[in-house]
Amino acid sequence: MGKISLSKVSKKFGEVAVIPSLDLEIEDGEFVVFVGPSGCGKSTLLRLIAGLEDVSGGVIQIDGVNATETPPAKRGLAMVFQSYALYPHMSVRKNIAFPLRMAGLDAAEQEKRVTAAAKVLNLTDYLERRPGQLSGGQRQRVAIGRAIVREPKAFLFDEPLSNLDAALRVNMRLEITELHHTLKTTMIYVTHDQVEAMTMADKIVVLQAGRVEQVGSPLELYRNPANIFVAGFIGSPRMNFVEGADAARLNAHTIGVRPEHIDLSKTEGHWSGKVMVSEHLGSDTFLHVAVDGLGTMTVRGDGEVDARYGDRVFLTPQADKIHRFGADGKTLA
Amino acid sequence: MARNVTPARKATVTVLAWGIGFLIFFPILWTVLTSFKSEGDAVAIPPVFLNFHWTLENYAIVNQRSDYLLHFWNSIVISFGSTFLGLVIAIPAAWAMAFVPGRRTKDVLMWMLSTKMMPSVGVLIPIYLLFRNTGLLDTRIGLVIVLTLIDLPIIVWMLYTYFKEIPGEILEAARMDGATLRSEILYVLTPMAVPGIASTLLLNVILAWNEAFWTLNLTAANAAPLTAFIASYSSPEGLFYAKLSAASTMAIAPILILGWFSQKQLVRGLTFGAVK
Repeated sequence: MGKISLSKVSKKFGEVAVIPSLDLEIEDGEFVVFVGPSGCGKSTLLRLIAGLEDVSGGVIQIDGVNATETPPAKRGLAMVFQSYALYPHMSVRKNIAFPLRMAGLDAAEQEKRVTAAAKVLNLTDYLERRPGQLSGGQRQRVAIGRAIVREPKAFLFDEPLSNLDAALRVNMRLEITELHHTLKTTMIYVTHDQVEAMTMADKIVVLQAGRVEQVGSPLELYRNPANIFVAGFIGSPRMNFVEGADAARLNAHTIGVRPEHIDLSKTEGHWSGKVMVSEHLGSDTFLHVAVDGLGTMTVRGDGEVDARYGDRVFLTPQADKIHRFGADGKTLA
Repeated sequence: MARNVTPARKATVTVLAWGIGFLIFFPILWTVLTSFKSEGDAVAIPPVFLNFHWTLENYAIVNQRSDYLLHFWNSIVISFGSTFLGLVIAIPAAWAMAFVPGRRTKDVLMWMLSTKMMPSVGVLIPIYLLFRNTGLLDTRIGLVIVLTLIDLPIIVWMLYTYFKEIPGEILEAARMDGATLRSEILYVLTPMAVPGIASTLLLNVILAWNEAFWTLNLTAANAAPLTAFIASYSSPEGLFYAKLSAASTMAIAPILILGWFSQKQLVRGLTFGAVK
């Protein structure tokens, strides 16, 4: 079991309230991603759940039991750190066995579980090596191995992929998601990368300045962002925002259109502009267009689009895909 | 672009470096050479370098006149004793400062270091009187205490820099893995800090071994270490260069040998933090 619920949890560092007051429910077996810009308090929130930081107020319950004052060692959670935090003086085998040794399991059981974990994570050949002799991806796997052997109530991941190169990151992303399907254990994953959030999460929690901006499934957030912040943060490339006459015509302070919801034409359209940089990815083309009187907009074209620097193009937003926001930044119904 | 090094330039620099190295080493070499000379050869003008009558009589006389082993043993007890006592006090202190720093930790560290800037002679009279009144004068335990206090700031600083290098996340990982404070210190922190503790120990043994101000002023006969043993041969009225040199050679030999075998550890210890 791994149901975690936070009620009125707050955290202050000195006079600074990093997390003002926050309520959150995490269901058993869910893959929850905390996402937000750096400094939004997502890592702090994770550390509060882990018990590595003390809350300034509020209650943390794990499986219905108040764990607010429980030390991290007794919460039954496992954590994977950004820096991997492996024990440099121990072999991979001893690293993975460490939590079992701390739990006082007998040697045979330790050996059995370490072997099983090593097999799952492709580490069998590296068990006698020291962490210093492993690549970044292997170290990450050792850190995950150390977390899974003790069969925790929930896994906490603190930006575990940010030290890996791009290709490896995509791989590990799949492996972690795969692991979640196998283990069916609650996972809480912190990242600043919205692509990781979108691809891995059952439920995304978008945070800004210690406040929860919106909670929902990836596609819910994509389709129905609650406010300008979520609209701009979720989706890549970023949503285009337009103020002024175009917005006023739709009874809004600001309207937002995603790059993939703008039709591109060489002859006619709602807005006219000049192509600046175009990014050709093969499958898509992203055009950065300097729209007359509005500024730069990003447009996604299907496949290969023939557009050169300085070409004139016309853009038309798809009417049913326009998001409307009020002056307070909230989405208008 | 790599600098262009011509063979001529390389040769000049090499000769220069060896020359300076020899110059620095020369006083020690001269002391050792003089210890094998007769008193006459020791003060001969022009000085004799190698072509003198080699003799061991200085060593014989020095051993006859004073109890080398007693002084040697005193040095061992005082330097190792003060270092161990210092470590026992400093390890928890440095641990606390490195891993649970408070608002004033930096100030405390600076304050501790500032005590090293005070001239020792400034507190000689009070300490001398305290020692006299408590019967600590000329005792090994007295010297162990005073040298511990003298070197404590350096021990704490060195350990603090070592502990700072240990990433806090590793300790947090241990906590998440179910380690109690005791297991965390025993199985994770200490093994990682052993190199640091070892070089701190070595450096402070050497510092304490060479310490001459307090060891000379607070001892007479019983607790006098090798520094006092050397000093007893430098009398202002008589010129006994050869015997002084023999005593010096005997006094510095143990620490030179220790330093020689541990130089890798020492260099690492002294440059720790500066280069990784």
